[in-house]
Amino acid sequence: MVLLKMKFTQQRRVRLAQGLWLMSWLAVMCGTFVFCLGVYLKTEMIRRAEVMENTEIHVVPNILMMVGLASIGTNWVATRVCQDSLDASRFPRWKVLLLAWFVVAALLCVLLVAVVVLSYALQGRLEESLKVGLRNGIRFYKDTDVPGRCFQKETIDRLQMEFRCCGNNNFKDWFEVQWVSNRYLDFTSKDVKDRIRSNVDGRFLLDGVPFSCCNPASPRPCLQYHLTDNTAHFSYDYQAEELNLHNRGCRQALIDYYMDLMNSTGPGVLSVILIQMSVILSLRYLQTAVEGAMALEDPEGDSEGFLLEKGVKETFEDVKAKVLAILQFGQVDPNAEESADTEKAASPTPAS
Amino acid sequence: MAVLRVKFTKTKRDKLAQVLWILNWISVVTGAILFSLGLFLKVEINKREELMAERDIQYVPNMLIAVGLIACAINFLGGKICYDCVDSTKFLRWKLIMLPYIICTFFFTFCVLVGALMCYSTRGELEESLNLGLTDAMRFYKDTDTPGRCFLKRTVDMLQIEFQCCGNNGYKDWFQIQWISSRYLDMTQKEVSDRIRSNVEGKYLMDGVPFSCCNTLSPRPCIQQQITNNSAHFNYDHQTEELNLWMKGCRQALLEYYTHIMQSIGLTVLITWLFELSVLTGVRFLQTSLENVLRQGDPNSESDGWLLENSFMETARINLNIIKSLGKCNQIDTANNGDPNINVPTTSKAHYGPDNVPPKQTPEAS
Repeated sequence: MVLLKMKFTQQRRVRLAQGLWLMSWLAVMCGTFVFCLGVYLKTEMIRRAEVMENTEIHVVPNILMMVGLASIGTNWVATRVCQDSLDASRFPRWKVLLLAWFVVAALLCVLLVAVVVLSYALQGRLEESLKVGLRNGIRFYKDTDVPGRCFQKETIDRLQMEFRCCGNNNFKDWFEVQWVSNRYLDFTSKDVKDRIRSNVDGRFLLDGVPFSCCNPASPRPCLQYHLTDNTAHFSYDYQAEELNLHNRGCRQALIDYYMDLMNSTGPGVLSVILIQMSVILSLRYLQTAVEGAMALEDPEGDSEGFLLEKGVKETFEDVKAKVLAILQFGQVDPNAEESADTEKAASPTPAS
Repeated sequence: MAVLRVKFTKTKRDKLAQVLWILNWISVVTGAILFSLGLFLKVEINKREELMAERDIQYVPNMLIAVGLIACAINFLGGKICYDCVDSTKFLRWKLIMLPYIICTFFFTFCVLVGALMCYSTRGELEESLNLGLTDAMRFYKDTDTPGRCFLKRTVDMLQIEFQCCGNNGYKDWFQIQWISSRYLDMTQKEVSDRIRSNVEGKYLMDGVPFSCCNTLSPRPCIQQQITNNSAHFNYDHQTEELNLWMKGCRQALLEYYTHIMQSIGLTVLITWLFELSVLTGVRFLQTSLENVLRQGDPNSESDGWLLENSFMETARINLNIIKSLGKCNQIDTANNGDPNINVPTTSKAHYGPDNVPPKQTPEAS
């Protein structure tokens, strides 16, 4: 019960080999595309590494890069096989390698599917990582004199300006953190002393935000301080004002950005999977058709190509038996020893 | 006395034709590169057209685009000609076109050179244009309710953030204009009305700058208001503070940016010009050597190739005479008493055939 049998004339075999050679080179290009995609994603994630707490999300670009490189090598081997397939003297040397090739190619397809699944599944972990990273960034914003944290201010300012966002969830996160360093606070001033005394931890909190939260699209010059105080500014209503600062939080902005990036690569990766699958199937047909032709008396005659020699279930049983046999190769079989002993005991008797 | 006479065997001619065919195709690619560089420059200039006053800087990208397209066409034709030149019979098709083609290409290379020089020379125009454009943009910064100018605030803010600059020459330009719209000023407040009354034109001027001037590298939260007042901020000295705001003026920042682009493009165009010139020289050698082969009659023989048949002075004189006589084609030649019907016997040493006898002159009617 052969799976998906097809008849191949010599002409069809030649056409299949040529078409497969072209498709394998296309698959090599796709492999480089996947590799470049992985590199691009990785550089984008490394650029914002300062606001991410862990690097779990890096598994997506890492897998993409590995699969890209492996796919280039695998499909290059497929092109060599195609070139040799119509030459009866050169084809047999690929026989053993082809089984390994099919396993590797199937593994690559599975990994690519895993990447697509992971890029959706890891969204929650990315969100967690960004939440903690941004919280730390905002907390250490004022520590421009502490080694190791002196660039946090610049990082957060650039991030807020580039992604048009403010704070972690929204701009009110800045109200809960002291983002003005003590060395720029005049402790002799009454206002400063009042504010510090009114806070439990002795922090200088104010209802103001850094300049990087300002929205350039606002028709009005930016209001940064006394945001909750309607009387501090002319014609200003804190509840109704939407254009003054960036409205969304940086965590949401970054997640949207990375999800857009990974979603836009989704169709590309899916088409690469399809191309790789068609290369695998075509190569299997070519292999069986050419082997069938070589076994005939007339090598130019018609042969059959198929996917599996027996049905799916039988092939599976065969493979299982083979694997078990290999695993049991080192073990001694007690039944075989007994029968060997009885045979040895039985054989000398006719001689005597 | 020919200029740069070189002997060409048949194989050398064929090789020259093949090499020139490839070089012509490379020139088509460089023509396409010129076209795309012109397009890139045009897009870059149009992106910031709100900040540039009306000036003639669009000539440069337009010239580059035109030169790129014409270069593609000319080199495509040149490629076809060189491809056919390997075969002497096919060369006859192109024989009459080749000399005009070479002359046209020679004048075209002048256009390429002019394009390259324009890239380097528009700096002054660009600076003027940017100066006026930025002054206007800053003046209309507050007019976010006036149609036609409502996006200038956003443009100027994004410019100052992206190019890390402030004002036209420096941040003090903002002290001289009113950049806060009157609809956000509380006229009932004493401070506001004092400021407006102290100014001759009734403008609300202050020593403050918009938020987009703030320097992200500053270790201190940005000081935007009361910049010249040292006592308004703790531990602040206006004269020595350098990291608070961007120090560079936007005119200089934009000028540097565009000059850098145009210098790189100019260098590429110069290299293209040299390449075109060398391809043209090769085509000229090919043309003269093939014409000499045809004159000698044997397509497999050696022939000479040159740039000019006579020396420069001779060629210039001959061409000037041709141009002069072109102008005289309708005039009567007064050398023979004005009668064009008189047959003046020639003094040339022409070959009249195997017996070298001049053709019989018909006896004059008595």
